Amino acid sequence: MNNLIVSPTALAFAVILVVIALAINLKEKIGLERDMIIGVIRAVIQLTVVGYVLTYIIRVNRVWLTGLMVAIIIFNAALNANKRANGIPHAFVISLLAIATATLITILLLVVAGAVRFTPSQIVPISGMIASNAMVAIGLAYRSMNTSFHDQRQGVLERLALGANLKQASKHIVQMAIRTGMAPTIDSAKTVGIVSLPGMMSGLIFAGVDPTKAIMYQIMVTFMLLAATSIGSVIACYLAYPRYYNSDMQLSDRNGSKQQ
Amino acid sequence: MTEPIFDVQRLGYKNGSNQILQGITVQIEKGANLTIAGPSGSGKSTFLRVLATLLTPTEGVVKFAGKKQSTYPKPVYRQQVSYCFQQPTLFGETVRDNLQFPFEIRNQKFDQNKALAGLDSVELKAEMLDQPIIELSGGEKQRVALVRNLLFKPQVLLLDEISAGLDVDTKGVVHRLIQSYRESGVTVLSVTHDESEIAAADDLLRIRDGKIEVPAHE
Ligand SMILES: Nc1ncnc2c1ncn2[C@@H]1O[C@H](COP(=O)(O)OP(=O)(O)OP(=O)(O)O)[C@@H](O)[C@H]1O
Ligand SMILES: [Mg+2]
Repeated sequence: MNNLIVSPTALAFAVILVVIALAINLKEKIGLERDMIIGVIRAVIQLTVVGYVLTYIIRVNRVWLTGLMVAIIIFNAALNANKRANGIPHAFVISLLAIATATLITILLLVVAGAVRFTPSQIVPISGMIASNAMVAIGLAYRSMNTSFHDQRQGVLERLALGANLKQASKHIVQMAIRTGMAPTIDSAKTVGIVSLPGMMSGLIFAGVDPTKAIMYQIMVTFMLLAATSIGSVIACYLAYPRYYNSDMQLSDRNGSKQQ
Repeated sequence: MTEPIFDVQRLGYKNGSNQILQGITVQIEKGANLTIAGPSGSGKSTFLRVLATLLTPTEGVVKFAGKKQSTYPKPVYRQQVSYCFQQPTLFGETVRDNLQFPFEIRNQKFDQNKALAGLDSVELKAEMLDQPIIELSGGEKQRVALVRNLLFKPQVLLLDEISAGLDVDTKGVVHRLIQSYRESGVTVLSVTHDESEIAAADDLLRIRDGKIEVPAHE
């Protein structure tokens, strides 16, 4: 694993790459410089801290510590997905349930199948990958649901007036939201290897692992992300759609348009 | 006297600080044909929506067939007290999606002949079944929406200006269709601004500023 050397000096030079991005931003008046600088600083701090934490966790190799780390990852992912919910009531709890279930089921299957071993060096990074993909999928699904419930408000009202229950009145919106949430994972499954060489695989090859092994790992990752994002978006959407209604099976006013 | 199908007692509806309906007390007999009139913004649509449980009254009670509205499961109630929107929207892609929906929510298989008979009853052609909804004219949409409400016969029809914007002939078609439902025992409440419909009303209820208007002298 020793042919992977990024020295601190090399990293310092890589700052030039950030400067290029910043310069483009300023010149084109995109207005993201603040976010970009915050992003860069956070990435450096978070990754440095996590680097040491991971080293420690892997070295002591305790089940409870690994579990705690996974729990923290899931918790943070839920916090982030919640930000995308834009006011859906109880979105944090819903996200937590969805991401936790998606992550735990997927990991359980992988461990049972013998694809990964229950050691911190495997469980922690894989949980992170699963949770972050589930988080993105759920965030997209929330956004889609918010938009549809807003734009298709009259259609939902019509369905309710015809005597639909909440599930029947929301079915088309929920389907659309799940589809939207899963789209990036499906697209990347379709283009993996042709367009993108995913981080994990590139990282392994980079670090000197036999490419066929790296590729087998990547195939596993692709499958696991498909499972995790579908489990996550389905759970999140099914728990979230009833929140758009009040207890009298009417659409809540919350998302906006007052007219109907 | 038989029990009224609607027994409305001191009904009020407030949206935030906006008092839209106030002190409405009225009994409506089963099989009645009630016309509701009143100025724009007086609360007619709001009244029908409260009757349909699409809005919940903030004061008073509405009883349907002797029992409070809240005692019925909402879907069951709404299938029996069918509200037709003032400006209906069709959903999905085609007319078929709209006519399939009433079957779907009753867990029934789509009966194409029934749907075609529905279209025919408002003088729409069978080919329209698979037409994309964006291609329909306003009046065609209105009639498809009405068929959607009528595929399964409700006990009460709440019609919110459903013939506004239709030409005289089409109005006649819609009137005859509603008349046939009335004759089979459906209670009909229709909101209208149409002078000839008001003049021909069996029973007339006028609403003004969210209250029932008592005729000055009669
Ligand atoms: N969702 C709502 N939020 C706030 N105010 C509303 C809402 N719906 C209706 N209103 C107000 O309530 C009042 C009554 O509206 P409603 O639609 O019942 O009138 P209407 O008698 O049916 O009028 P029209 O003949 O123009 O259809 C109006 O002043 C309207 O602005
Ligand atoms: Mg109205």
